[in-house]
Amino acid sequence: MTDTPMTSAPARPVAATSILPGNPWALIRRGIVYLLLSFAAFVSVFPFFWMLVGTTNTSADIIKGKASFGGAFFDNATTFFTQVDVLRVFWNSGFIAIVGTVLTLAVSSLAGYGFEMFRSRVRERIFALLLLLLSIPFAAMMVPLFVMFAQAKLVNTYVAVILPTVASIFIIFYFRQATKAFPSELRDAAKIDGLKEWQIFLYVYMPVMRPTYAAATIIVFMANWNNYLWPLIVLQTEDNRTITLIVSALTSAYVPDYGMTLFATVLATLPTLIIFFLLQRRFVEGMLGAVK
Amino acid sequence: MAQARLARREHLTGWAFIAPALILLGLFMIYPIVWSLWMSFQVGKGMNLSFGGFANIERLTKDPVFLRALGNTFTFFIIQVPIMITLALLFAVALNDATLRFRGLFRTAIFLPCVASLIAYSTLFKSMFANDGVVNQALMALHVIGGPIAWFSDPFWAKVVVILAITWRWTGYNMVFYLAALQNIDRSIYEAARIDGVPAWARFRYLTIPMLKPVILFTTVISTIGTLQLFDEVYNFTAGTGGPSDSTLTLSLYIYNLTFKFMPSFGYSATVSWVIVVVVGILSLIQFLIARDRRSS
Repeated sequence: MTDTPMTSAPARPVAATSILPGNPWALIRRGIVYLLLSFAAFVSVFPFFWMLVGTTNTSADIIKGKASFGGAFFDNATTFFTQVDVLRVFWNSGFIAIVGTVLTLAVSSLAGYGFEMFRSRVRERIFALLLLLLSIPFAAMMVPLFVMFAQAKLVNTYVAVILPTVASIFIIFYFRQATKAFPSELRDAAKIDGLKEWQIFLYVYMPVMRPTYAAATIIVFMANWNNYLWPLIVLQTEDNRTITLIVSALTSAYVPDYGMTLFATVLATLPTLIIFFLLQRRFVEGMLGAVK
Repeated sequence: MAQARLARREHLTGWAFIAPALILLGLFMIYPIVWSLWMSFQVGKGMNLSFGGFANIERLTKDPVFLRALGNTFTFFIIQVPIMITLALLFAVALNDATLRFRGLFRTAIFLPCVASLIAYSTLFKSMFANDGVVNQALMALHVIGGPIAWFSDPFWAKVVVILAITWRWTGYNMVFYLAALQNIDRSIYEAARIDGVPAWARFRYLTIPMLKPVILFTTVISTIGTLQLFDEVYNFTAGTGGPSDSTLTLSLYIYNLTFKFMPSFGYSATVSWVIVVVVGILSLIQFLIARDRRSS
């Protein structure tokens, strides 16, 4: 809450001038807000710092709580690289995440556009049913899903990991919501110009909706890259494990080598961190469903 | 005539756009859901299943491990979701203040945990909460505790770590939803309230909360579903056991163990999974009813 005494203050007043000098309560309150936010920010960021520091320490130092940089980085890296086929693991994770994301965006944005632009009573009912299905947990389908893929002899394949995630109700819903803000004049104008519906989608809708696609890309890529339960079930051989499965396997060891494990955790987190910092603005814009 | 043909083509185009999604959802979601409902009435080992009527439901009531998992899941849900939603709301309101300095920095920092995968962050927490680990050291240095807490071997503290971990991971996520909603609120309402001398807490209680109600409901439902599906963290903390002595065993972890670790009993694990469905349904309904009730009063 602001306590700006001047109601006609400019849109972005400077903090120091916005508090009356004679109002100690406002200052104290402001101080508490800063203190709480700083504490929250520290708690939020510390584990990341801990992760980076951990890659430079021995496992023994890590579980003794050493929070300063050490000299074991190369040992940890070497242990990791000799125990894990990194290229293979990153290829697995990357392939699943990238192909999965592209397919999900294509299928789900088509459906979101379809549901919003072509309304009919039947399709509205289907959409309502889908929203209801959104609340059914994955646990309720994983057993039959596993049996299905086992019977189709597709266990331990990328297809088995990717296919069930491609039609995402959440992303369909996301695109439908965003499509509400898509200016209908653009579609009308394109129609008058003689464009077919798929051309409108490809050449008008997709470029205009770039922020939505960017935000959805972040959401879906991170979900795929970090997906755990389904890959754990359906990828059972050593050579098609994803980085997430590797980190979990290292952590679950009877006596985990934390130096190496935190090194692996950094590798697993790096791609999503990079994407987040590159596309952070897009994320918030997309969340608001804004069309630029 | 031409108009009718146009309308029909529109109709077909509409189906064409949603067809790929519907086919995939039918195959990999609706079909498995219906199948698992059918499975939940079957008994037997592996794929040798036969119709068992309500035998599985009877087994549920006599299965102490299931009841334990159900209780744990409820404990996580009832304690964790309110804490997280409250924190997220407070942070969002604080960060919505245009006069606050370093807003972007605070927002990014608090949102950052969302970037870590569930497995990555649970690995970090497991190493930080080791017996001689950094958390115990810090708490002892601050004289909060006299001696180290055995976080992962004490049933109570193991639950605490799980709750702390989930709260760390998801508070910023929920905060972003509230921030987005707050930015859509017309500022002049606040200006008017301020001129009328409405204090800050009352503005929060009687303006912010009611206007954010749809978003709060949305995030509460999402968090409910998420908490009831809790799996990755507890699996990673305990190497799949849900220990110590089943104190962090969740329903999803139990289903996984029933299906893939013990003698596979697909029918019974399907029954347990439908318990989650029913619980999610009931809780979502209650939350909707509460939200509607408050609106009408």
